[in-house]
Amino acid sequence: MRKKVIFRGVALPYLLLVPQLAVTIVFFFWPAGMAVWQSTLRQDAFGLRTEFVAFENFLDLFGDALYLNAAWNTVIFSSSVAALALGAALFLAVQADKQIRGAGLYKTLLIWPYAVAPALAAVLWLFIFHPSIGLVGRAFGAIGIDWDYRVNGGQAMTMVVIAAAWKQVSYNFIFFLAGLQSIPTSVLEAAAIDGARPFRRFWTVIFPLLSPTAFFLLVVNLVYAFFDTFGVIHALTRGGPGNATETLIYKVYVDGVQNLNFGSSAAQSVILMVIVIALTAVQFRFIERRVHY
Amino acid sequence: MPTATIDVEALAAASRRRKARERFLTHLALILGIAVFALPIWITIVGSTHDTDTIGRGDVPLLPGTEAIHNYTTAWFQGGGGRNTFAVPASTMLWNSLVMAILIAVGKIAISLLSAFAVVFFSFPLRMVFFWMIFITLMLPVEVRIIPTFQVMTDLGLIDTMTGLTLPLIASATATLLFRQFFLTIPDEYVEAAKVDGAGPLRFFKDVVLPLSTTNIAALFVILFIYGWNQYLWPLLMVSNRDLETVIVGLTKMIGIGDTQNEWNLIMTTAVFALLPPVAVVVLMQRWFIKGLTETEK
Repeated sequence: MRKKVIFRGVALPYLLLVPQLAVTIVFFFWPAGMAVWQSTLRQDAFGLRTEFVAFENFLDLFGDALYLNAAWNTVIFSSSVAALALGAALFLAVQADKQIRGAGLYKTLLIWPYAVAPALAAVLWLFIFHPSIGLVGRAFGAIGIDWDYRVNGGQAMTMVVIAAAWKQVSYNFIFFLAGLQSIPTSVLEAAAIDGARPFRRFWTVIFPLLSPTAFFLLVVNLVYAFFDTFGVIHALTRGGPGNATETLIYKVYVDGVQNLNFGSSAAQSVILMVIVIALTAVQFRFIERRVHY
Repeated sequence: MPTATIDVEALAAASRRRKARERFLTHLALILGIAVFALPIWITIVGSTHDTDTIGRGDVPLLPGTEAIHNYTTAWFQGGGGRNTFAVPASTMLWNSLVMAILIAVGKIAISLLSAFAVVFFSFPLRMVFFWMIFITLMLPVEVRIIPTFQVMTDLGLIDTMTGLTLPLIASATATLLFRQFFLTIPDEYVEAAKVDGAGPLRFFKDVVLPLSTTNIAALFVILFIYGWNQYLWPLLMVSNRDLETVIVGLTKMIGIGDTQNEWNLIMTTAVFALLPPVAVVVLMQRWFIKGLTETEK
């Protein structure tokens, strides 16, 4: 797609592109290239000698129990976050779409958590679930539940999922509500006249019409849970206790920044890049199709 | 027939009752939803008005206390809260976050306007190659190239500088795509008219394209300001000089591993500070926010 009428210019268009391209090359392509190159290298324990090992870093990762654990944690974490955030948002959007007084106010009160940083969401939930200063954390203790997310891996995972999903509900809510409001009322009236009860109407008429939005949001939520939740995990659990909440992103950070294992960290980066490319491709293929909807 | 009339009235009354019950349940569900959203915020705001001991003892207060002024002035001017970190005043951290968020938002918008303008209104060799080079950065978020990007920053001597904190984040495929999409809708007649009037491309950019783009710029600014304010991993890596500390990272450093002995009231006060600017932007600029959100994701 392009315009028929354009300006003539020889140097000007390049000059206009220079700032964007310079930043892109220096801070995106160069480091990404280095990641690929470093993923084929290995340093000895003292950082004195570096040798070329081809795919060995990758092969080692797939045999590494800790890496597989991080991959499994990522699957559990991402699917839980997506399910919780999408389910809650859909429920609230259906309620807010009804003809009721105060709908505008409800909407405002439901969208502001979008502005909360993932790490800050984690801190807010820490104030709730902390075993000795948190409201719910202490209540759990009082009724005899042995609650301490700092030592119990399952509880830690529950907490990071809640904090990460809580922040994402607003985003999904906005899109679900927009989707609901774009369904023609004639369709809904026809279903009502046919005598379909509200619950049945929702699953047989409304939900199928929402499915493009739902699928789009599923991809966005998975991308969010994969890549944007580093702050939640770093602020709450630091990947612990005992690697119980260590996800793939968190492990790149730990291996690169703390363990200084550059070859392995770079190999993990390359694997993540492949995952992002796959998810982005799915997203765009789908959006191409959504145009016809 | 009197019986039929009664039936109709009874039916109407039953239907009204059912409608009223449905409405009540809808309000109830929404209020519960909002309560779940607001609970952590309420606890945090209330906590920021009590003294350290009240919270440290674990008597979680549900109603505001009397220490608000003391807590807010202490956090603003002195900082503190964590036991094991050197305190940074909240005012310093908020200022750094504000500068970072504005530089990132303005920078992204500026360079994206220019590159989208070049791609749409000119024809030149390698045009689409450049466009795809920008587009592909969508697939390289900083999280997946942490170490190499850090090494590049070290080579360039940008560690612990505001430039290092913001410059790498201003490349933007989404903003470029959005502006490109919008520029394509500007009618060809405008360009022709500009040419007839003898206006060059830069004049056209300044007098036609920019004024037409103001709504898009405002919508994008809201989204990007929040994006910038909420940065976490990048400032965590780039900043060790605490004078450059941003508020979200600074807050989690205060908490450390969640030591019970922390001055939780000051931590909660700082959390309120960190929360206010982006939430205010979303609530006050709601219309642009929703526009920006739904359009950048297309």
